[in-house]
Amino acid sequence: MYITQHFWELLFQGIRLGSLYALIAIGYTMVYGVLQLINFAHSEVFMSGALGGVFMLTALVGNKGKVPSGFAAFEYTALALVAGAAVGALVAYSLERVAYRPLRIRHAPKLVYLITAIGASIFLYNVAGKLFGRNNLQVPESFHSGKVFVLPGSGAAGPRTVKSLDLLIILAAVAMMIALDLVINRTKLGAGIRAVAQDTETAQLMGVDVNKVISRTFLIGGLLGGIGGVLYGMFHAVTYTMGFVPGIKAFTAAVLGGIGNVRGAMLGGLLLGIVESFGQAQFHLQWVDVVAFVVLVGVLLIRPTGILGERTGRTA
Amino acid sequence: MTTSILELSEQVRKLRKHSAWYKNPIYGRLAVIEALVLVLSILTNETQGSPRDYTLLFKDSWFCVRGVQFLVGGLIIWVLAEIWRARGLTKIAAQAAQPVRNLRGNPVLTNPWTKRAVLLLVTVIAVLLPLMGMFTLPYFQSVLAGQVGVYVLAALGLNVVVGWAGLLDLGYIAFFAIGAYTTAILSGKLPVGDDGNPELHPPIHLNLFFAFPAAVVLTMIAGLILGAPTLRLRGDYLAIVTLGFHEIVLNVANNDPKGLTNGSLGATGISTFRFNLFGVHYDWRTNDSKPYWYLAIGIIILVVFAFRRLEHSKVGRSWTAIREDEVAAAASGVPTVKYKLMAFAIGASTSGFAGVLATAKITAITPQNFPLTLSIFVLAYVIFGGMGSLTGVIVGASLMTFLPAFLQGPPSWFNDGRPVVDPKDVPMWIGAVLLVMMIFRPQGLIPSKRRAQELSQAEHGVGEADAMTGVAEGVGGQ
Repeated sequence: MYITQHFWELLFQGIRLGSLYALIAIGYTMVYGVLQLINFAHSEVFMSGALGGVFMLTALVGNKGKVPSGFAAFEYTALALVAGAAVGALVAYSLERVAYRPLRIRHAPKLVYLITAIGASIFLYNVAGKLFGRNNLQVPESFHSGKVFVLPGSGAAGPRTVKSLDLLIILAAVAMMIALDLVINRTKLGAGIRAVAQDTETAQLMGVDVNKVISRTFLIGGLLGGIGGVLYGMFHAVTYTMGFVPGIKAFTAAVLGGIGNVRGAMLGGLLLGIVESFGQAQFHLQWVDVVAFVVLVGVLLIRPTGILGERTGRTA
Repeated sequence: MTTSILELSEQVRKLRKHSAWYKNPIYGRLAVIEALVLVLSILTNETQGSPRDYTLLFKDSWFCVRGVQFLVGGLIIWVLAEIWRARGLTKIAAQAAQPVRNLRGNPVLTNPWTKRAVLLLVTVIAVLLPLMGMFTLPYFQSVLAGQVGVYVLAALGLNVVVGWAGLLDLGYIAFFAIGAYTTAILSGKLPVGDDGNPELHPPIHLNLFFAFPAAVVLTMIAGLILGAPTLRLRGDYLAIVTLGFHEIVLNVANNDPKGLTNGSLGATGISTFRFNLFGVHYDWRTNDSKPYWYLAIGIIILVVFAFRRLEHSKVGRSWTAIREDEVAAAASGVPTVKYKLMAFAIGASTSGFAGVLATAKITAITPQNFPLTLSIFVLAYVIFGGMGSLTGVIVGASLMTFLPAFLQGPPSWFNDGRPVVDPKDVPMWIGAVLLVMMIFRPQGLIPSKRRAQELSQAEHGVGEADAMTGVAEGVGGQ
């Protein structure tokens, strides 16, 4: 059978995809935690992060086709990730200031937030399309992605080699997730985020600056989303509509793990990636979305609030 | 004594620091206006960016005469606005706006006959519209019949689900697609079979009017199948499951189970409406959109009439109860699952109905006609117009479907015969309109009375809007 022959390869592929989903899903889930809002515009945060990474790489490496090596490779990759994170955080922060804060002041109902988010999303990706063209942007390679080790497995295509780019994606995602988990659970800001997620009014009475906490939640979500965008752009195409599909998938992952729950988003992302990877092998590429959503519906029917349950405050 | 003087001087220094000239809020407003103007200078620029030079559009709209023009324009607007403020005209404007709010209590406006007269007037205008001004152009007639009519109908159905029963449905166009495919199958263009010739395979070749009942029944069943297991989920979970349902329906259509949907090619040459009854024969031909528009108006009138009866019936009141507090409704003896399923089924069948209408107009369908974004757009029409209000939904859906068609319209009688904006930029403007509208008028264009009341109460901190649309947490800032 294909799946058993390629088990390790598919698992690895799933983890690589899933760790990206997890990075984006964290942004959805954290915003949901503090605002109970599905931030549809988060996919555009992800897209703008990727654009930031591309611009940084173009400025540093250029389109000459010469791949840097040694320390330069390391430095350029790091700078691209930083640029992506900065742009993502900036977009997420301004989104909160321009679009969501006026609604918060007016106590608008949740559906209005949702439509605002959708409007912002449509606006942002089309502005990006207008600014930087509507074709795929070329992503200069910042390092030579060579073979690191070989996964066991036998098949027509032979065993799969794991390249350094694959490892970079997984390691960066895991490092960001561990850092975020520490921030949420060990720092004062994390305590503020958890408090606002549990009960905003009480948190305010306890002296938590709710506006600041919400702004910083958007910043953190944008940071992770931006890094996710750069990593995604390194092996997929970067274009103005690139955010939509991963955005929907990451949102699904967040719901799968229990929306509002940061560890749930990480788990949900990884799980969704692995399910997609195996589903794709078993049922052909075009059924992959169906498999993902059927798993989602199945999980929700058994556990209506996701695998790990809701809310940042209660469980994380 | 000395310490207090020191403290005083410290305070004076703080005050001085606080009152630095640039901290005056008028400069903050200047910065906001100039930022907006700079964004506008990019948005209205006709140049399109290129992947070869990322800075092209910035150079072309900021670092040239255009940028200076826009900055100066912003400055002028700022000066005028500050003079306006200083003269206290805003206060007068607010007072002038005051009586409008009290119109709700006006006996003429609350008279049901006024409402009926307005509806009648709207109908008359809608009927006469294809004879007026730019609507005599075939392009705009086609937009009216193929977009406005169809999506008003779809939005009316979604209003039942979202506006009245308070269930967030992000996969609404899936039912639209089911209706469309039903039409194609009943008119004999699907399934195509192995040799790609549909004429040889399906024996069904019905008059298209029979597609209406068939689509209604099918979409109702589809709505029940989706709703029965998922309706115990709360708002946002229901949203993602319905979104997944849409994705699944699209995938099935694209992957062509046994030649039923013809994959990504879809169906072409679907027949149009015709009847031959009691010696009267009429054919809706594809070269004239007006008959479709009148058909759409007729259907919309029927649907509005039915929905108005429904809104104030026991069913409608049960929906309101469920929307506002599901637990309390269940405790008071409202069978919540039954009524939620009913809302879902009614919404789904209306969507299927609209699907039939749209298919008969465009006569060719592919899965690309029903993208996920369309579901989201129909929801946006409903919220834009004013959730829960039939008039609002009709107006909102008409405006939002007409606006993009107008913006990318054919050579028209103004703007030197060019489209108003580059067709590629149209979605950008739609997003901007949605965004601005929601920030400045969250209740929608014409909100329902009840909704407006709930919203203004929520704004003043009395109670919450309702169960699903409960006030998003986070207490007002600044």
